[in-house]
Amino acid sequence: MGSIGQPLKRKEDHRFLTGRGKYTDDIVRPNQAYAYFVRSPYAHAKINGIDKAEAEKADGVVAIFTGADLEGIGGVPCGWQIHNKDGTPMAEPPHPALCTDKALFVGDEVAIVIAETKAQAKAAAQLVMVDYEPLPAVSSIKAAIAEGAPLVHADAANNRCFDWHLGEKDPVDAAFAKADHVVEMDVVNNRLVPNAMEPRSAICEYDPSSDMTTLWTTSQNPHLIRLLLGAFVLQIPEHKLRVIAPDVGGGFGSKIYLYAEETVVTWAARKLARPVKWTAERTESFQADAHGRDQIGHARLALDKDGNFLGLHIKNKANMGAYLSTFAPAVPTYLHGTLFAGVYKTPAIYVEVEAVFTNTAPVDAYRGAGRPEATYQLERLVDKAAAQLGMDKIELRRKNMIPKEAFPYQTPVALQYDTGDFIACLDLGLKSADWDGFEARREEAKKRGKLRGIGISTYLEACGIAPSALVGQLGARAGLYESATIRVHPTGSVTVFTGTHSHGQGHETAFAQIVADHFGVDFEAVDIQHGDTSQTAFGMGTYGSRSLAVGGSAIVKAADKVVAKGKKIAAHLLEASEADIEFEDGKFTVKGTDRSKTFGEVALTAYVPHNYPIEEVEPGLEETAFYDPKNFTYPGGCHICELEVDPETGMIEVCNITVADDVGRVINPMIVEGQIHGGVAQGVGQALYEGCIYDDDGQLLTGSYMNYTMPRAADLPMMTVGNHVTPCTHNPVGAKGVGEVGSIGVTPAVINAVVDALSPLGVKDIEMPATPQRVWAAIRAAQG
Amino acid sequence: MQVTITVNNRSITRDVEARTLLVDFIRGELALTGTHVGCDTSQCGACTVLVDGKSIKSCTMLAVEADGHEVSTIESLEKNGELHPMQAAFRECHGLQCGFCTPGMVMSTVDLLQNNANPSEPEIREWLEGNICRCTGYHNIVKAVQHCASGTKGA
Amino acid sequence: MQNFEFHRPKTIAEAVAALKSSDGDGKLLAGGQSLIPVLKHELAMPSALISLADIGGLDEIRLDGDNLAIGAKCTHAQVASSDVVKNTIGALAKLAGHIGDPQVRNRGTLGGSVAHADPAADYPAAVLGLGATIKTDRRAIAADDFFTGFFETPLESDEIVTAVLFPKAEKAAYAKFASPASKYAIVGVFVAKTGGGVRVAVTGAGPKVFRVTEMETALASNFSSDAIKDIAVSADDLNSDVEAGAEYRAHLVGVMARRAVDAANG
Repeated sequence: MGSIGQPLKRKEDHRFLTGRGKYTDDIVRPNQAYAYFVRSPYAHAKINGIDKAEAEKADGVVAIFTGADLEGIGGVPCGWQIHNKDGTPMAEPPHPALCTDKALFVGDEVAIVIAETKAQAKAAAQLVMVDYEPLPAVSSIKAAIAEGAPLVHADAANNRCFDWHLGEKDPVDAAFAKADHVVEMDVVNNRLVPNAMEPRSAICEYDPSSDMTTLWTTSQNPHLIRLLLGAFVLQIPEHKLRVIAPDVGGGFGSKIYLYAEETVVTWAARKLARPVKWTAERTESFQADAHGRDQIGHARLALDKDGNFLGLHIKNKANMGAYLSTFAPAVPTYLHGTLFAGVYKTPAIYVEVEAVFTNTAPVDAYRGAGRPEATYQLERLVDKAAAQLGMDKIELRRKNMIPKEAFPYQTPVALQYDTGDFIACLDLGLKSADWDGFEARREEAKKRGKLRGIGISTYLEACGIAPSALVGQLGARAGLYESATIRVHPTGSVTVFTGTHSHGQGHETAFAQIVADHFGVDFEAVDIQHGDTSQTAFGMGTYGSRSLAVGGSAIVKAADKVVAKGKKIAAHLLEASEADIEFEDGKFTVKGTDRSKTFGEVALTAYVPHNYPIEEVEPGLEETAFYDPKNFTYPGGCHICELEVDPETGMIEVCNITVADDVGRVINPMIVEGQIHGGVAQGVGQALYEGCIYDDDGQLLTGSYMNYTMPRAADLPMMTVGNHVTPCTHNPVGAKGVGEVGSIGVTPAVINAVVDALSPLGVKDIEMPATPQRVWAAIRAAQG
Repeated sequence: MQVTITVNNRSITRDVEARTLLVDFIRGELALTGTHVGCDTSQCGACTVLVDGKSIKSCTMLAVEADGHEVSTIESLEKNGELHPMQAAFRECHGLQCGFCTPGMVMSTVDLLQNNANPSEPEIREWLEGNICRCTGYHNIVKAVQHCASGTKGA
Repeated sequence: MQNFEFHRPKTIAEAVAALKSSDGDGKLLAGGQSLIPVLKHELAMPSALISLADIGGLDEIRLDGDNLAIGAKCTHAQVASSDVVKNTIGALAKLAGHIGDPQVRNRGTLGGSVAHADPAADYPAAVLGLGATIKTDRRAIAADDFFTGFFETPLESDEIVTAVLFPKAEKAAYAKFASPASKYAIVGVFVAKTGGGVRVAVTGAGPKVFRVTEMETALASNFSSDAIKDIAVSADDLNSDVEAGAEYRAHLVGVMARRAVDAANG
């Protein structure tokens, strides 16, 4: 029996369960020193001078560096360039690794203090005297675009980063002109702090004898860090810079980017020729990890008298924060605007997005990245349309869904969907959630004094962003392929080197299942290696739910090459023609005979080539492949949330979450379900609990777990996860991606449920997170 | 100050500064890096260890307070190459993803079953108040605890 | 965290002496669940910590006539699981069982919580709501005189809480609306009917724990949630933060008080 499709237990678990995981902060290098960053307490301030004399005299201090010391090295680069409506490039102000003349957000890195111990570095940091001259700050989108607003960057007029659009305006105007109904709403997509449980950390060691720099860092994509850090910032050639992302304790996007801290730590370790280590405190994570979401927008939907969608106009504003993080410009644009067709056959769509700078932490991709914002806006709008037109919200969705016969389906916003069956997912979801039985449950809850609501979202998302040629045209400064090397050892065991990175996703298990089945070898005979630039050919890392669809496909491609070479060897051993060799279940067989050689025998022959077609093939059995996808993949489905509101306190209890997704072919159902559970928890978190708040002066009011609500075990119910598979048509794995579906699909379902629960009281909308106080206030406002 | 602490059944005597947190002692002095630090406000529970058999947050206890006491960390659970039933249950039920919160989760739920051999789902969820996981949505962690409780019943 | 001297006295007298010799700059360390976070964030930088760990006799729970006497060093977990507490003032055991989380309850102590006087802590509501008496190494202080302000008590810098005497209650219950983030009380209301009358004490809502006398009067003549359903608490002096504004807190005081009364009536 093959292992694909089996819920095999994870290979990585034993080390994590026994405390043997190796995370960056666990790494200790001889003679290492510790770093602590001096950070700006102001959201916007001129730095008139920095006096480090006192601090330099403090116990254990090795060195203190400021922006002035870094003169000559590059700033932290942005990896994606967006163009304005008029074709001009976006504003792209510099991001010095340490502040020079100005600090632009609370937590901005002003100086690095390096000492013998962590405590000494922290104590000395308090003695660094920075002469700040506080300046007026803009801490929200609204403040940034207000007339006469202070400028975050002198050369970004009106605090504008870009003004972008997608789709055609004229057909949309025409749709609205002939519409019987127009539904519109303002939507806020709340700002989030990613909060991977492992805080960011970096340790760098420089070996002068080999001129080799080794950086261990909490990264989702070590090769990208090497490229940006080496080529763009510190001018270290790739062969002299090794980046290792060991075990990484969650990322959710926040560990994709090149950050100032790892940049400065690397520079300092080289300068001092001594290992330097930095690990963030959670307070620093709140201040300086790239945040997520933070959009405001207005959406208008045109419908005919029967409820058919005619056109959609989106006009949104996105917060970029103080500097452009690595992929920030792609998030509210190509990862967002392209999603507005959703699962619907809306014929005309026009999306406008203006991005602004503010005196807040940089904002970049966070689990879902642009797609949750689009999905939330669309699915709230559809619910509102149903209410406004007096139509059933399920029937309105069903009527407008792209039927399965319509694939491949070209949307008006660039994407071409290859496959899907949205109605099947909808029906599966409705059945699993017992949608039809809801009213009885609502009545029962009413008797207990609770307002019960049910909400649905039918959605689609785009994963495995590609192909490279296209994303290049869209502004990406990198390719988006993946690599894999398969090393078959002489006795037939296998090591696979992948350019993706696993930080919870279970690649070491799922990828091994693919390879084991491909070669017909035991699952235990396959090891997956990742995270070290000195081992893997190249890699683009893990984000955007790309690893299985793109990285897995590269592995299949490399495996095909291994088999092709194996056939040549087997043909020689079996004295048959290569064309007559078939490979199945781990055996190379001469077609129509019982003459065969096992995979292991062929591998051994490749390494002990005594009887070998040496003129035709080289010894050894190792192949590398690069895979550049032809298209995005399109997972989607239906999420349903049922909850109860305590009308006296505004407290919400989530009762049920039902998921009916199509994530394409499933390799390990246990891991797939786990990914959905986790994504759903974060999606519910956005809807009900999490909200990052800066005050008008740019001070972070939610800077710790004391006031930023992380979903806990008691805040979530058990989840019901169903799956309706339509395999991806254009990659060899058939997988679509699962990492982000939860955080994309569930959020609007939750808010739709809240509004459904409160609608008998006259509540029509509620802002996220729907905290108890907000719910209480909404009820009060509705009741006058 | 000199402290003598029994860590994972080994008596250890060291000189520490009074301000040394127990977690820094465990990770830094003893290189037992299975115990993690995930926050600075005593909430995430990644640093959970047992002191005299009870779960505590080692980021909110000084090493000097542990003087004369017994500390058990995640590294102590596996015996003779066999996972502790709670570790095995987490593996069986996929109760972990990135693994960072996992040692704290395991130590905390080991303590739960000491107090309540057969907890209900709400009791498990309430007990986990002091442990934050960002990966699993807690679904499979709760399942793992249930699985372990059912397996250890009567044992 | 700044460094400090660490003392582990064996007796109360030694502890008092250590506090005295630190010139008011030393702090007592009990379970440390409030103090250590304060030290980590350098919100306080004492020159010395005087641990109560080795002082015996402070962790007993016993009936003392009409009072339940709980030693200052009793952990929340100990109080929550004590049969004596459960049988005498069940509401107190329940309250203790919902402070923080299990790990915090295994370290945090009654004396530490009371002396810290955090305006959002749970114990002060029970202490004031039951009209308890705080015993120190030198005197007994009535609850009404103890919580004097924001993190403020009449304790002298070298004074040590040794126990709290809770009067037995005929009826009592605590209803908490916890912060979803920190799990501290946004509003917690302790309602009790004891030999001394009816008391309603509110934590979390204001700068310190306080009583709602209007509710107490109404409940004294009719101990039912109906009796207080029209009594509104003014938002004027209540706390306001990102999670809950003053008006919301004022509203919650009413809701939680009614729920506590209902719970007390079983």
